Amino acid sequence: MEYLNAFLCGGLLCAVGQIILDRTNLTPARILTGYVVAGVFLQAVGVYQYVVDWGGAGATVPLTGFGYTLAKGVAKAVAEKGLLGVITGGLTAAAGGIAAAVVFGFLMAALFRPGDKRQR
Amino acid sequence: MDIKRLSRQTCRFLRPPGVVSWANVGGRLERQGPLGSYFDVTDDDSFFGKKTWEQGETEMQAIALRRALQKGGLTPEDVDCVFAGDLLNQNIGATFSLRDFAIPFYGVYGACSTMGESLSLAAMAVAGGFARLAAAQTSSHFCTAERQYRAPVPYGSQRAPTAQWTATAAGCCVVGAQSEGPYITHVTRGRIVDWGITDAANMGAAMAPAAYDTLTALFRDTGTAPSDYDLVVTGDLGHLGHALLTELFRRDGVVLGDNCTDCGILLYHRIRQDMHAGGSGCGCSAAVLNGYLLHGLRTGKWQRLVFAPTGALLSPTSTFQGESIPGICHAVVLSRTKEAQR
Repeated sequence: MEYLNAFLCGGLLCAVGQIILDRTNLTPARILTGYVVAGVFLQAVGVYQYVVDWGGAGATVPLTGFGYTLAKGVAKAVAEKGLLGVITGGLTAAAGGIAAAVVFGFLMAALFRPGDKRQR
Repeated sequence: MDIKRLSRQTCRFLRPPGVVSWANVGGRLERQGPLGSYFDVTDDDSFFGKKTWEQGETEMQAIALRRALQKGGLTPEDVDCVFAGDLLNQNIGATFSLRDFAIPFYGVYGACSTMGESLSLAAMAVAGGFARLAAAQTSSHFCTAERQYRAPVPYGSQRAPTAQWTATAAGCCVVGAQSEGPYITHVTRGRIVDWGITDAANMGAAMAPAAYDTLTALFRDTGTAPSDYDLVVTGDLGHLGHALLTELFRRDGVVLGDNCTDCGILLYHRIRQDMHAGGSGCGCSAAVLNGYLLHGLRTGKWQRLVFAPTGALLSPTSTFQGESIPGICHAVVLSRTKEAQR
């Protein structure tokens, strides 16, 4: 059941992104940042936690999940350190994801040469 | 008396300069397309044996020029000047490709209309007696264009359904006063036309009004209709832009028949190669002209055709700032024989 929920939740978020891509003239980069901002907003109003509870990794892995982590980190840091947490909380909570992106990005760039978009 | 100048836009050549030789270069998808057999050189390696895609694109232009000279039995010293451009910042595809040739060089930028612009200028330079032989060349490369205009290829972004595929191709055309043809009888220089399209993933729609403007001027100034030509080939409007152009002419009561097509339609199999709205890029019209079209004219498949590449004059910055996309279209009339009508 856990796997099915994750599949459905992640799939639904991706399907919405695909529809936005096909139906609007928003660039991929704008849709990407839009997803992050939407995650922040949804968690700020307290909705995204329910999605995470139901969808698990299907909700935390897509970009809205990154926004959710930022928002949650800010809430936690504010509770612990006061108002300064608004500035530090988001990136502290997302540090793992960001560092992993930098490290793996560097590794891939060092190990591989970019290829064609289509190999066949 | 204006005998060479029919209007602000259209020029007629009293002694039409001719195409001496031509060559084109393509990548793997271009080889697999319907015009694959009309390429002089193709390479399945998108780097063309170089380290970067930009160097690969530069190499394509150098190969096209070298091959065109070779086919015409010429050396670089025979060519008085070359008009060339591409889509890269500061036109490095053109300039870097000419490092080893020592041919006097004019850099031009007309986005995907560059083949039409450079060919017009080369023809005028020859017809005016300012050059005995002049070359026109350009290129585009899918992977460099993605980096230049959208996102680097490894980013893996999806293309919108209206988007076109930038051709990995180059073409070079050598024009001279002495030639067995085909001949360039007229050129119609394009104006900047902007009808307010802001979607950078729909350049066919942005360029169709420019094609309409230039072709309308050409037909008016020469007293011809689309049906007077064996072929009217626009640049890279693709399927969508071609449909829009047909509609624009239909409103004027002018029928664009089966003899009217587009380089972006000709270069690829739309469905089998999943090309969305068709091909684009300077190299698209350059490769179609310097293979399929010129070959067909010389062998007598067609007697007279209009080659009208179109360009979308946007920049990545202007796109981010929400600016609309100005289009341009340069038309060149090519004829198998020297007799220019009218």
